[in-house]
Amino acid sequence: MKREIPLLISMAAGIFVLIGFFVPHPAIRDIYDDIQGWVIIVVAFTYVLGMANLLRINTEQIQRRAKDWPYKLALVLSLIATMIVGFFFSRGSHYLDDGTGFSWIYLTFYSSMSSTMFSLLAFFIASAAFRAFRVRSVEALLLAVAALILMIGRVPIGNAIHPAIPQIADWLMEIPQNAAKRGILMGAALGVIATGFRVILGIERTYGEGGGT
Amino acid sequence: MKKFAAWILVLVLGASSTTAFGFPLKAVDTPNDKGNNVTLSWPAQPHPPEQWAVLRVEAGKTYAAIDTIGGELTSYTDETAKNGVPYQYRLAGLGAGGAGVFSEDSQPAVPEPSWFDTGKLNVFIVITLFLALVLYYIGQAQRGKQWSFRPIAGLAAIEEAIGRSTEMGKGVLYVPGVQDIDDIQTIASMIILGNVARMTAKYETPLMVPANSPAVYTVADEVVKGAYADVGRADAYRSDMVRYITSEQFAYVAAVNGMMLRERPAANLLLGAFFAESLLLAETGHETGAIQIAGTANVHQLPFFVVACDYTLIGEEYYAASAYLSKDAKLLGSLKASDTIKILLVLTIVAGCVLLTLGNHTLAEFFATQ
Amino acid sequence: MSAFFANLRRLDRRWIFLTVGLLVVVPLLTGFHIAPVLPSARARGFYDAIEKVPPGSTVLLAGDYDPGTIAENYPMHLAVSRHLMRRNIKIIAVELYPGGPPLADQVLHIAGAEYKKREGYDYVNLGYKSGNEAVMSAMGSAGIPRTFPADRSGTPVGQIPVMKGIENFGQIAMIVSVSAGYPGTKEWVQQVVSRYHVPMVAGVTAVSAPEYYPYLQAGQLQGLLGGMAGAAEYEVLVKAPGLATRGMDAQSLAHIFIALMIILGNLAALPQRTPGAKK
Repeated sequence: MKREIPLLISMAAGIFVLIGFFVPHPAIRDIYDDIQGWVIIVVAFTYVLGMANLLRINTEQIQRRAKDWPYKLALVLSLIATMIVGFFFSRGSHYLDDGTGFSWIYLTFYSSMSSTMFSLLAFFIASAAFRAFRVRSVEALLLAVAALILMIGRVPIGNAIHPAIPQIADWLMEIPQNAAKRGILMGAALGVIATGFRVILGIERTYGEGGGT
Repeated sequence: MKKFAAWILVLVLGASSTTAFGFPLKAVDTPNDKGNNVTLSWPAQPHPPEQWAVLRVEAGKTYAAIDTIGGELTSYTDETAKNGVPYQYRLAGLGAGGAGVFSEDSQPAVPEPSWFDTGKLNVFIVITLFLALVLYYIGQAQRGKQWSFRPIAGLAAIEEAIGRSTEMGKGVLYVPGVQDIDDIQTIASMIILGNVARMTAKYETPLMVPANSPAVYTVADEVVKGAYADVGRADAYRSDMVRYITSEQFAYVAAVNGMMLRERPAANLLLGAFFAESLLLAETGHETGAIQIAGTANVHQLPFFVVACDYTLIGEEYYAASAYLSKDAKLLGSLKASDTIKILLVLTIVAGCVLLTLGNHTLAEFFATQ
Repeated sequence: MSAFFANLRRLDRRWIFLTVGLLVVVPLLTGFHIAPVLPSARARGFYDAIEKVPPGSTVLLAGDYDPGTIAENYPMHLAVSRHLMRRNIKIIAVELYPGGPPLADQVLHIAGAEYKKREGYDYVNLGYKSGNEAVMSAMGSAGIPRTFPADRSGTPVGQIPVMKGIENFGQIAMIVSVSAGYPGTKEWVQQVVSRYHVPMVAGVTAVSAPEYYPYLQAGQLQGLLGGMAGAAEYEVLVKAPGLATRGMDAQSLAHIFIALMIILGNLAALPQRTPGAKK
């Protein structure tokens, strides 16, 4: 029963939600909307588990002075400090308003660090372009040529070099790129449906019953 | 004052049965809805008024105004009707050019909730056909039928990567993407994680799974625990194999990059939904010398993975992974169904293109989504 | 020559990082200008769509991004706020990213000060609501005031003059989506445009812009800005060159450098022949 009950629950919920997509009648749709609300509530409870795991693993590593333990200490202290400021010193549910302690922490620390991480992409793209963009086949050559045209065509200097470059870049994006992408998307969509059916029908038992066959 | 007078005039004339009326007004139960809606439509007027007053009447009552809409409109949906009650409607012109302009009374319309959204009939047909094919091929698989599928290098490399990690005495880092558990890519990632965890349990290879959400952490932990128990290595499972990091995108990436640089896994499996962080992860992983296998259905991240990783699973190859790795007959049957429906869809697209070229829009219109 | 290629193969990637850093920072600091920005057809479509909105109408400005994509989304968000206010179009701002509201506030206050618009009368920021597509759907079915009962500062929408008469998408002349990903432009098209047929334009990050070309071709979007380049093109059209326009020179140099890296990387990978070796 330990395997069957979760399978039955996921099958029943999956089939109901699938039917709910096609049936606008309130007898079905109201329950469908409720189920989506239940999902949000269940997911909210998992935050407790996630937080407990985070604190447990990091405090254990701090206690046994594992490698780079000061960073783990910084993480735990930052977590606790942010929670205290957010709960008690940030005007309750208006914690994101301007001038609150929480929004100061968010803008000063998280926002700056997040933008910094994102900006690393510029450097990594350059180093990846040098290291990994090897022309070893006809397809790789086409990829490299398209990349070169697009990179130059997408910035003002492309038009300054020759007006045809941005036009070719636009054509590449609108026609071959779109066609290939739509093909991939259609295949992926079928993969999504197939995966969904496998989970709903209980064939995909790795997910939901802890990996057992 | 002017507006008040106009409303009085409308109500008096609208309630009167002796006023002259003009254009036809059609009222129907709004199709494919959950009820309480009636849709009105009328022909465009050569000289429309500034506004229309929408008047409504139930049996045994008089007309009452329920709304005022722009004069340029030619349709309106009354969302305040009650199911099962017949209503009639009339439009009255207001403002400039509206004096004495009325529609005919509509036929009675009774709003009811719909049991089937006919606008989704095309989706229903394809889904039903797909399900029928899945069940058919699963039945065939159960009767021993076997099919051959093209080899996918990335999937074959997963076991090789885990073996390599074991030989080097290093671990395997499995990154399940940055979306929550309700994303189908994350669900597919959990399925593949089960297969990977079974391999790492067999080979006694350390496994690290940083999760980006508490729900993903909870599911991944159960999947890994179950996989280890499945191959009789429950003793080798450790609770810190799966850890919750954070739900913030770039903070998660920073943490995972830190894990790559500190723990130096020999294999990085980046399987799930990724966004801007894909290249950050792939490049950092490359710097550590790890073999990297990536898979995602986010098309805009594929170029980064193709360039920076050793193997990339593109779109449906990623969703087919569980069938390939487990070699389970029923899963392979569903893969066969997927291929069959794709052929049917390609034929439909070709047929639609030919018909459109010849001026026939029937097939294209049937498959148009809302 | 072979020594050059040998050194190239051993190139420490930190030299690449340093060069990229200098190529980006120097134009930004010195104002070094390379080439003028020429608006594309997509940016023109975006601009023309807003030009067609009658003055006095109300537009929904969805700022669905957070500080992570500030470089791409913020300039277009600011430029469109300026454009709307210059045309005396009222703005109702909403955000579906928790980090979005302060950025929307900033953008509205800057543009509002320039065009002497008053908060509450000419624009309002209703703030962030969790729920992703469910919020968009609720705005149409339950109505905007019921979905956002108060603005970001807690004032009930019934007391906000710019919200008077606004019930649902029937009173919205256009949706302007400034989006970093999910939830964003695609969800607005699926949940709102396809159901309520509200005109819509979008400004998105460069990497996700190609995803929206089908919507542009199908007419579900009237215009599209892609990344900082798109924002710069739009700034040129609204005659308010700003952050994006300044950034394009840096971006031009960075793109040329990356193109050069591709070529040099392939040259570096050419096999070497030792002297006297037979074929």
